[in-house]
Amino acid sequence: MTRPRTLYEKIWDAHVVERRPDGTSLIFIDRHLVHEVTSPQAFAGLRASGRTVRRPDLTLAVPDHNLPTTARQDAAGHKLPIADPESAAQLAALEKNAPEFGIRYIDAVAAEQGIVHVVGPEQGFSLPGTTIVCGDSHTACHGGIGALAFGIGTSEVEHVLATQTLLLQPSKTMEVRVEGEVGPGVTAKDIILHIISVTGAAGGTGHVVEYTGSAIRALSVEGRLTVSNMAIEGGARAGLIAPDETTFAYLKGRPYAPKGADWDAAVAWWKSLATDPGATYDKVVVIDAADIAPSVTWGTSPEDVVPITGVVPDPASFADPSKQAAAAKSLAYMGLEPGTRMQDVAIENIFIGSCTNSRIEDMRAAAAILKGRKKAANVKWAIVVPGSGLVKRQAEAEGLDRIFTDAGLEWREPGCSACLAMNPDKVPAGERCASTSNRNFVGRQGPGSRTHLVSPAMAAAAAVTGKLTDVRELMA
Amino acid sequence: MTPIEKVEGRAIPFGLKNVDTDVIIPAHWLKTTTREGMGKGAFETLRADPDNLFDSAEYRGAPILIAGDNFGCGSSREHAAWALGDLGIRVVIAPSYSDIFSGNAVKNGILPVVLPQAAIDRLMEVAKTDPVHVDLDT
Repeated sequence: MTRPRTLYEKIWDAHVVERRPDGTSLIFIDRHLVHEVTSPQAFAGLRASGRTVRRPDLTLAVPDHNLPTTARQDAAGHKLPIADPESAAQLAALEKNAPEFGIRYIDAVAAEQGIVHVVGPEQGFSLPGTTIVCGDSHTACHGGIGALAFGIGTSEVEHVLATQTLLLQPSKTMEVRVEGEVGPGVTAKDIILHIISVTGAAGGTGHVVEYTGSAIRALSVEGRLTVSNMAIEGGARAGLIAPDETTFAYLKGRPYAPKGADWDAAVAWWKSLATDPGATYDKVVVIDAADIAPSVTWGTSPEDVVPITGVVPDPASFADPSKQAAAAKSLAYMGLEPGTRMQDVAIENIFIGSCTNSRIEDMRAAAAILKGRKKAANVKWAIVVPGSGLVKRQAEAEGLDRIFTDAGLEWREPGCSACLAMNPDKVPAGERCASTSNRNFVGRQGPGSRTHLVSPAMAAAAAVTGKLTDVRELMA
Repeated sequence: MTPIEKVEGRAIPFGLKNVDTDVIIPAHWLKTTTREGMGKGAFETLRADPDNLFDSAEYRGAPILIAGDNFGCGSSREHAAWALGDLGIRVVIAPSYSDIFSGNAVKNGILPVVLPQAAIDRLMEVAKTDPVHVDLDT
């Protein structure tokens, strides 16, 4: 192929099994991550049709959504029962289905257990240039290491289990280029929140995004995973960042990463994936990193972003009449008045966790703000949920857990937790939560809950002051 | 799965933009190990209001739903399609959909029709009093 191609087109072309006359292609799937919520019906379907898993060696199952983040074992090492009978049933289904179909299963109490999108890269199971799917929209996360990764529904989960392929329509391409350097206190989370506020929650629909530019290059792999994680919140099914030396250094030596001569061959191929000079995208958005501030959401869409120094917008200020109406509804739900300073908004609950922000760098960023400080008297519930048992162990080795507990926050076991409140970690109706997760939808963290999306350092700052706070004021 | 060629019936003039799949089916409904019975959970938060459209005498059981841009955004939960199907919806009409949702809908025999906003606005008016006919042949 001599035509200049984008990263997406190169990965796509390398995985086409068959191009069909209607424009769809049968695509080979390199990696399939499975969790307990979107798989029971898929396994039941395989059983009903007498089919098996075609490539168990390319499949990895781990429970994450339903697990309580309180202790999972008693002092003697016996597993504690799950109180919610439906959660227990769903977790038991995966625990039974995985070995029955020959799939590797990471147990709920294993050190490697965690949120599926933390575990994949951490284990080197997710690799650049691979096609990765999972029954979860934040699968886009793995795009941060240069994989073509996207969420699928349960019927597609069943199809991938049975055939290791998917029939797909190629997407349009969109470049989001962030140039320059971000200022102090501005993190990967703020970059992606800002991007979504510019493109809108539907700006990427029908597209696969590639994030480029010096500010993206400057991010660590964990920062890139944070950015790609929220590609879906901007409407894009996948969000890729080209792999480079930073990516290779992160992956080298991880349990499932290639070794020896295979590693060298892999790196050589990965280096060839970067978008060719002269390749074009269907849509291009250019953002100046200097425009990005530590950010917060005010409403019920991830696009509802303002700098922490800003105010709750007036619905009338939006040009589109339907956005005006939607903003008014959001403000009513969130209990906010236009013109209120974001820094005056009191916060009762803090959630530091989720596949967006629960890796070791996120733990360090929050700890740096909480060190030697205490949570404010009006903060009722503040939990820190590491993304995996390995993150938890590393955080404890660095003493971060003691910084959290000394500050009055709770240090929990890994899982999706309060991001979507399928487990007992819920935000009470009418209360606010400064949350490092990815969605502030109506009722997302519990019926009537009011979510303000922020970075880990900003969540820590809110814990200290009891209000949404400009983290730069607490930085040394 | 029943093939769709023609669908006729009342259309629910819902019309909201950016309706995410958490609104279509809240997370606690995802704890099921089957595909059945989710109609009760469809638009649960909105249906807490006794005067909601979905449970009204006029629109209860209607086979068509009219919505705004970016319908089905957010989570990939196919449960959203199962819930709509169980509610009796066979066709959704909107200016745009989340890619993941539209794929899930089609796989469950629900037709996501794309029409420009101007046409949606006219249909919303029609839907107040009259049934809507969807015909794939014409």
